[in-house]
Amino acid sequence: MISANLSAIFYLISGVLFILALRGLSSPETSRQGNFFGILGMIIAVTVTFLSIGNFSTGLAVVLIFLLIGGLIGAFIAYKIPMTAMPELVAGFHSLVGLAAVFVAIAAFLNPEAFNLGSPGNIKLGSLIEMSIGAAVGAITFSGSIIAFLKLQGIMSGSPITFKGQHPLNAFILISIIIITYLLCSTQSSSLFWILLAISFLIGFLLIIPIGGADMPVVISMLNSYSGWAAAGIGFTLENTALIITGALVGSSGAILSYIMCKGMNRSFFNVILGGFGATEQSASEQNKEQRPVKSGNAEDAAFLMKNASSVIIVPGYGMAVAQAQHALREMVDTLKKNDIKVSYAIHPVAGRMPGHMNVLLAEANVPYDEVFELEEINNDFANADVAFVIGANDVTNPVAKTDPQSPIYGMPVLDVEKCKSVLFVKRSLSPGYAGIDNDLFYKENTLMLFADAKKMTEDITKNL
Amino acid sequence: MEIDPFIFRLSIFILSIFIGYYVVWSVTPSLHTPLMSVTNAISSVIIVGAIIAGLAGNSDTIFNASSIFGFLAISLAAINIFGGFLVTQRMLAMYKKKKKDK
Repeated sequence: MISANLSAIFYLISGVLFILALRGLSSPETSRQGNFFGILGMIIAVTVTFLSIGNFSTGLAVVLIFLLIGGLIGAFIAYKIPMTAMPELVAGFHSLVGLAAVFVAIAAFLNPEAFNLGSPGNIKLGSLIEMSIGAAVGAITFSGSIIAFLKLQGIMSGSPITFKGQHPLNAFILISIIIITYLLCSTQSSSLFWILLAISFLIGFLLIIPIGGADMPVVISMLNSYSGWAAAGIGFTLENTALIITGALVGSSGAILSYIMCKGMNRSFFNVILGGFGATEQSASEQNKEQRPVKSGNAEDAAFLMKNASSVIIVPGYGMAVAQAQHALREMVDTLKKNDIKVSYAIHPVAGRMPGHMNVLLAEANVPYDEVFELEEINNDFANADVAFVIGANDVTNPVAKTDPQSPIYGMPVLDVEKCKSVLFVKRSLSPGYAGIDNDLFYKENTLMLFADAKKMTEDITKNL
Repeated sequence: MEIDPFIFRLSIFILSIFIGYYVVWSVTPSLHTPLMSVTNAISSVIIVGAIIAGLAGNSDTIFNASSIFGFLAISLAAINIFGGFLVTQRMLAMYKKKKKDK
């Protein structure tokens, strides 16, 4: 048994170690050390909790068994999961944090004595407010993440689900959450606590269903942020510094990522959250741009163009992840490099289904990270490059975003792919991308469309090089 | 006059938001996916609350409603802690620099 003051100091230390864990991610070299700090911080926090309770009766064995079960499941998932499934995994993990927050809040509500919060029916007001906030945000995180997970996994359609009166309904539920929290705090009624949880689960579900597949980077970041705020709410209830610090870190981390993702699409946060993008805005562009000539080629043509190039820029997108083409792509690049062709990769902030999705896949395929560039770093280089190889990306290369103020994606930062001498565009068909608009790039003089599965096409090109 | 301890916790919270703000902006975009998985892992420090709830009962009341929720939360958080840190480690191990000797 250690004193409350001593354990508070240890919690502070683990909070600081968590800060260092995030700090380490500022560069790949320091990141592994950062992860180690994170693990150390967690070990300290858990150990101190056991020591501070000092109740090593039968309960301890049960706690350790549950800890072990969870740990084994987690470790198993971590080793088995393919890198392409990372967005689903992160969404799934968010839902678990949310649910854990809800469970801890329930436990504290049912047995407040264990947490020094008063007695059932007479919980300290401040603690009850903090607990309700933690529980409600946790519940929203849980059900929202479940929907995000189902959409990413393809179990649920990625297209936005909208219905009449959706926004008024959501607004109504959000207001009732506030009212119920108020009533709960004044009456301490346990039935109100359960109602609060139920409608929070419901609103989490309703908030995410109208958001479409390609907006998932924003959704995942947002849920990341929520899971942090939920943890912070519980941290206030438990008066635990480690949890408060972590909650604040995670909350602001998720908020910043959402901001970066929204900026990458030139859309406001509310525009994304209110959902239904692409469903309503298919404007005039569809009628007048119908039958335009497209040049299409095969793997041989593509190989010929690349062989004669001196520099190639690769633009990967979600399609690369779907086709699992990253390894085939790396092999193609290896062959190009053997022919003394300079190759670099250009990554748009919202390429893929979560922040940094493409970078992880390329890293998995052994692409060195100093060949991979962000939009601002590489956009000027397209004008000097010979070939741009677009694999599985679409909207993020659409020049319409710069030229047509009528377009729904106008103003979105795009990769200046069309400035290359020639553009190779691997795609299965001419169908528009997520935003539901035609890509002008398809019809440019210097564009050669390669209609095929991304992985197969890349392998064929390698054979022809 | 005494200052309510809540104010101190609030101060820690607000300052941590600012620390988070500056630290996260300095994270390189190529590591945004590991950032999400590691924030997942560390936010599962909520397990400390679950452990307190789980150990609250004495030997007759190990399985009361409150501690059962505690036990479940322990497992959920443990999945995240182990899964989150290990998958982050797995990802970070893949980030390699260009070899100088071709």
